[in-house]
Amino acid sequence: MLRSDVSSDRALARPEGREGRAASPPARAATSPRGTSPHGAAPPPAPTTDELLQLLTPDGVRRAEPTLDPWVADVDDERLLDLYEDMVVARRFDIEAVALQRQGELGLWPPLLGQEAAQIGSARALRPDDFAFTSYRENGVAYCRGASPTDLVRVWRGTALSGWDPRSIGMATPQVMIGAQTLHATGYALGCRIDGVDSAAVAYFGDGATSKGDVHEAMVFAASFRAPVVFFCQNNQWAISEPVGLQTRRPIADRAFGYGIPSLRVDGNDVLAVTAATRIALDRARRGDGPTFVEAVTYRRGPHTTSDDPTRYVDPEVQASWEQRDPLTRVERLLGASGALTEDRAGAIKANAERFAHEMREGCLALPVPAPTSVFDHVLVEPSAALARQRSEYAAYLAMFDDGEPR
Amino acid sequence: MTATTMAAALGSGLRRALEDDPRVVLLGEDIGRLGGVFRVTDGLQRDFGADRVMDTPLAESGILGVAVGLAYRGFRPVCEIQFDGFSYPAVDELVTQVSRLHYRTGGAIRMPITVRIPYGGGIGAVEHHSESPEAYFAHTPGLRVVTCGGPQDAHTMLRQAIACDDPVVFLEPKRRYWLKDEVDEELDGALPLDRARVVVEGSDVTLAAYGPLVVTARDAAIAARDEGVSIEVVDLRSLAPLDLDTLERSVRRTHRLVVAHEAQRSGGLGAEIAAGVTERCFDVLQAPVARVTGFDAPYPPAKVEEHFLPDLDRVLDAVDRVVGRPHALAGWSAAS
Repeated sequence: MLRSDVSSDRALARPEGREGRAASPPARAATSPRGTSPHGAAPPPAPTTDELLQLLTPDGVRRAEPTLDPWVADVDDERLLDLYEDMVVARRFDIEAVALQRQGELGLWPPLLGQEAAQIGSARALRPDDFAFTSYRENGVAYCRGASPTDLVRVWRGTALSGWDPRSIGMATPQVMIGAQTLHATGYALGCRIDGVDSAAVAYFGDGATSKGDVHEAMVFAASFRAPVVFFCQNNQWAISEPVGLQTRRPIADRAFGYGIPSLRVDGNDVLAVTAATRIALDRARRGDGPTFVEAVTYRRGPHTTSDDPTRYVDPEVQASWEQRDPLTRVERLLGASGALTEDRAGAIKANAERFAHEMREGCLALPVPAPTSVFDHVLVEPSAALARQRSEYAAYLAMFDDGEPR
Repeated sequence: MTATTMAAALGSGLRRALEDDPRVVLLGEDIGRLGGVFRVTDGLQRDFGADRVMDTPLAESGILGVAVGLAYRGFRPVCEIQFDGFSYPAVDELVTQVSRLHYRTGGAIRMPITVRIPYGGGIGAVEHHSESPEAYFAHTPGLRVVTCGGPQDAHTMLRQAIACDDPVVFLEPKRRYWLKDEVDEELDGALPLDRARVVVEGSDVTLAAYGPLVVTARDAAIAARDEGVSIEVVDLRSLAPLDLDTLERSVRRTHRLVVAHEAQRSGGLGAEIAAGVTERCFDVLQAPVARVTGFDAPYPPAKVEEHFLPDLDRVLDAVDRVVGRPHALAGWSAAS
């Protein structure tokens, strides 16, 4: 159900259209806040499955869920196989990128292991004319939007500050400043509304970002302007070493209530549930009903980045419990039982993932180092005389050396 | 032509920009029905609608961040930050996003955002309403920083800033909002946005000023003339990039330079200008470049702001210093 706006109807009502209901907090408000230490630093317990909207259990059982079911009625075995393939590809290239970093070919990489369903399920719900504003971990989203294997590693190789031209794939340069992209998505969505089109913007951010002022301001602006934006929060339980309990005392989805933004809290490791929730949110945006908040509860099974050491703060038992809730395994179980995932099909999917990873590696190693004077490019649309002078001076300096490089 | 105030000249500039380009939108606090706290946007929401002249929630980072998204969508946002001191919450978005998205994306995404900021002191205001933050912005690559000294530049430069494909921090000297002059709305032949202008010709000393102190500098030139000193006043107009070519031409004639600004001295524009001119004109300078600035203290309470703000007499004293006439610092070390 939509929190603060209970309805399974496709024509979901506006949050302020039901003042009586909106005035009463969601049922979950009665539950006690997580964690008991004054600082709230204790890792939160994994949420139990029945707290979350779910369509596919970790055992691979398709459950009925009246709010979500109508939104994935078209997702038959074949379409679910497509989503599964995307998740396999994402997991595979993510592993390849980690390997590239370990081999010294990338400076850094932020693994997405464990978050495949949250990223693929949401990104595949978007239309080409929608626009995604993400953080740096959404490489699965970038893949869905059409980023090439090489595009994904450009930034991490250190040859560019953006992997792609944002307008070419409808996805902004991934944001490093935590949460800033939520404002950009809101502004873009506001522009869609002014233009009178039914495109939407999606802001991807994490549980840590919800502490940022920009995320607060984005939700205020989005609610006030009824901007067609989806706030898609992947609650992966960690902001580097800080557990989600340090960011919030209550489920993150509950925050949306205070802004008058309806929210959904879904099993983020369930690709079907994520797809349905994102479609609900996008539908509201396209209908002019304004922003929706989706909390996809998932788990970051790898390090924050390849520079991180989660053994210093992760409880192995908690880690193991999330491995039991793997987003790919449950789809394999379902499609294996139905007979849709044949050995041949699985082999083809694996080969496709291998090909993507191979292209990523080859593309990475072939990336040219930019020319020295490229540091002066694109500061302003029309270069200033002062910077042109600095460029000329540095070029002249470099020219003193035989090979064009200072020794 | 009839004389209009600087505030009205800015308003007519915004109106023309809204008329000329349907992608121009205005965002800010109280800019709609109220017309802005200085009434610069008076009547614009009525005439252009609430989708093009938007009252925003009270959040400056939000204003700039939403402008970034609008620019991604192909709009040309003009943001009003209500007072200089409130620009600081927007600095994050300005420095980490607005200024460098063009660079970050290798030229793919432009940020044609204009950020209007009433700035400077002299109106007897409470704290955070009299700041001169230009050095913070001028230090940030990717931002153009400009300021106007009178109604004509206010109108013309604002329209040029909005039409510019780079982000422009447009600083409006708020104590000159009521300054009146005739304004020609013709843009053809106007001086480019990034150029300084000699506003008073002279031969003994170059006095570089901008924004609120252009009026003060003109007055100083008149007063000095009575004492036989010929001051050339250069209105810098563009603080980033600096038009050092125009300054160099002037200093090569006068051999002396005084720089005046309200902002604190250390790390300020005066230091950059002094260094830049010294690098270019060391061979002709006959005195160290003198700075007349606010002091390295936070902006003081209104009842003593007159002591913080460079005025006619402090400017003239610095002129006396560089031309070798008796002055207040006689006998002091120049390094102090």
